[in-house]
Amino acid sequence: MTEKTLRKGNEALAEGAIRAGARFFAGYPITPQNEVPEYMSAHMADAGGAFVQAESEIAAINMVYGAASTGTRSMTSSSSPGISLKQEGITYLASADLPCLIVNVMRGGPGLGSIGGAQGDYFQATRGGGNGDYHVIVLAPNSVEELGNFPKLGFELAEKYRMPCMILADGILGQMMESMSFNFDPIDPNALGKFDWAVDIHKNGRKKNNVFSYKGDNLIADVVERAKRYGLIEKTEARWEERNAGDCDVLLVAYGLSSRACLEAVNRAKEEGLKVGLFRPITLWPFPSKRLAELAAKAKAVLTVEQSLGQLVQDVKLAVNGKTPVYLNAYPAGGQPDGHTILTAVRSCLNGGKEGLFDLQEHAAGFTYECKRDTSLGMQGDLKGGK
Amino acid sequence: MYQGIRIAGFGGQGVISAGILLAQAGVEDKKNASWLPSYGPEMRGGTANCSVVVTDGEVYTPIVSVPDTVIIMNEPSLPKFEPLLKKGGLMIINSSLINSRPTRTDITVVCVPCNKIAEELGMGRIANLVALGAFIQKTGAVTLQSVEHAMKKVYKRAKPEMLELNKKALEAGYNAVK
Amino acid sequence: MTIIAKKPASLTDLPMHYCPGCGHGIVHRLMGEAIDELNIADRVIGVAPVGCAVFADSYFACDMVQGAHGRGPAIATGIKRSKPQAIVFSYQGDGDLASIGMAEIVHAAVRSENITVIFINNAIYGMTGGQMAPTTLVGQVATTAPNGRDPKLQGWPINTCEMLAQITGAKYLERVAVDSPQNVMKAKKAIKKAFENQVNGVGFSMVEVLSQCPTNWYASVPQALEFVRTKMMPQYPLGVFKDEGGK
Repeated sequence: MTEKTLRKGNEALAEGAIRAGARFFAGYPITPQNEVPEYMSAHMADAGGAFVQAESEIAAINMVYGAASTGTRSMTSSSSPGISLKQEGITYLASADLPCLIVNVMRGGPGLGSIGGAQGDYFQATRGGGNGDYHVIVLAPNSVEELGNFPKLGFELAEKYRMPCMILADGILGQMMESMSFNFDPIDPNALGKFDWAVDIHKNGRKKNNVFSYKGDNLIADVVERAKRYGLIEKTEARWEERNAGDCDVLLVAYGLSSRACLEAVNRAKEEGLKVGLFRPITLWPFPSKRLAELAAKAKAVLTVEQSLGQLVQDVKLAVNGKTPVYLNAYPAGGQPDGHTILTAVRSCLNGGKEGLFDLQEHAAGFTYECKRDTSLGMQGDLKGGK
Repeated sequence: MYQGIRIAGFGGQGVISAGILLAQAGVEDKKNASWLPSYGPEMRGGTANCSVVVTDGEVYTPIVSVPDTVIIMNEPSLPKFEPLLKKGGLMIINSSLINSRPTRTDITVVCVPCNKIAEELGMGRIANLVALGAFIQKTGAVTLQSVEHAMKKVYKRAKPEMLELNKKALEAGYNAVK
Repeated sequence: MTIIAKKPASLTDLPMHYCPGCGHGIVHRLMGEAIDELNIADRVIGVAPVGCAVFADSYFACDMVQGAHGRGPAIATGIKRSKPQAIVFSYQGDGDLASIGMAEIVHAAVRSENITVIFINNAIYGMTGGQMAPTTLVGQVATTAPNGRDPKLQGWPINTCEMLAQITGAKYLERVAVDSPQNVMKAKKAIKKAFENQVNGVGFSMVEVLSQCPTNWYASVPQALEFVRTKMMPQYPLGVFKDEGGK
């Protein structure tokens, strides 16, 4: 446990990763995560690790593939379009059962999109993203403190289950400064012991280790074995946070930065005499469906708040399974929720109104949904902020 | 106590660093604090602004879209931020550079000749600290002492005489709106 | 009974799947011999490509990593930077190295990664069934160039050694062939040197091997060897393109 200090999100993440024993980092510049490779380039060598500025995101993730093969705590970071490029490497990492940490400090999309914070990569992160049947564990921090402390959790989960772990952070979380402290002492990765599957120098003439992705005839057995691990993870590793969630009329569901705006709504609702709670998934995969279903059963309505066009809401609907009405308050492409706009949607949930509630088909039919965007933040996409 | 603040001005007026200083001061006071800059096209030249939250409780979103206080350091920022300020909120205006005045009547307006005071101390560049001093006097969100402690952490490479000058600017702003 | 010849200890006993007359098996053996002779077997970590040599991870007795198409130099970079004492090689074909993985090979050379790259150039995509490679010769027939490679449509073959020679970080570049006993001996020398360079910390070393593919060239083995000599060598002359490794 360290004293609370003011840190920028991206720097807290980078420092947290080094403290967690990361000893290999490869990345390629892209806004809004540039502080991560910059920090790594300045500090990784001092920690006895290696930093490589790769020629592309594809090369970076494949360098991580190589480093992770040696059992080294390895990571890369990028932002949305860069994460798309990394999908090749991510599916190979999953197929080779390699633990590693991948950070996505999300920006607006699709395509080059904008450099503003957004949450449009939920599907990509939770549904695999690359080809084939696989998952990555997805952690969604909502504060600089969590951004700094999740790398340790991420490496531990990745190594326990031999699979990649992704930290899915909002662009704003990476760019903001906040008081935070690390809840763990720096880890010496050399003291962690070696993996029996890793490739390495081997003087004792042990059996050779192969890290490989082509499974051929063994693919079925391979995927089925992995599915058992996935089941275990769904059962035991779901993480979430509840605020006022057990006794509310409207249950908000949000992750990352959106959940912070929801907290404001929960507190403002109290002043208005409305009973509003918050359920925040911390792991997006595994999604904490079971607990959400229990809580949703007690509420009159569930309102998903997300900075995307209805992605998180699909998991919410799957969890709630039709037992309670599920609504969407969406802020796609860099829209920013705040307590006031969320409360408008909450009122609509309770009184049958439409204001603040997003529905694709009604939208297409001409119902105008106003997505608030604070232009004073100056975060619209531009050439300079591009890649 | 929950203070959401927007500080806005020209790039180079120190609005971004004043925000960091304020957030760091909040941390010195054992409060929770956040800071978020405008980033993107406005990073170089033009106008710049940042959001700061200082609170005894938890920081909600770091994007202060309905500020309790706005600190306006240049003319173009006035029309941009006046509409955002919450009803009954506080507006600090750098009257050295801003001739216009807000049209809203449901807010408290405090005019401080930040550049004039800073120049009298010998350095126009520290007008941001004069404004910060005035903010502290009016809100008590943080203490003068905590800002002084914060300066040592935020301006790590500053010479002692520069820190002393900063401190004087802070106090001058504090006293100007007593 | 006296053993007068045997498989190098650095190769496993697994029978190789390569077609009769293919050059891959010869090159594997030369690498195995080099590793044995340099006494570095316990330090070697290899990277297998995507392509005909995708199963190379089973043929080398050292620890092996098999990754994505063309990314061998990036994977090798990750291994080498994590385990600087290891001797890391990337084994790649022409599609892998000179097409999809061009950025990775160029930038591994730019950074002068202290790795050994063995590049098999047989002017064709073998595993996928004879499609045009970046190194396919002008006029050479491929399943995606049924009338022969036409520069107007498909450009010209790429000369990788010559290109990489422009890069300061590339320290040793040699093109060899395995079409005759003499050339096999020369190839062995070059491959051994590329490993030795790594042991000595010289930096990026690559050996390009002109190799025969009777199957996808629709040729008999003698015809294929003749093709290497009469068609490939004029386009891809053998020799040392760079040697800054000292003795």
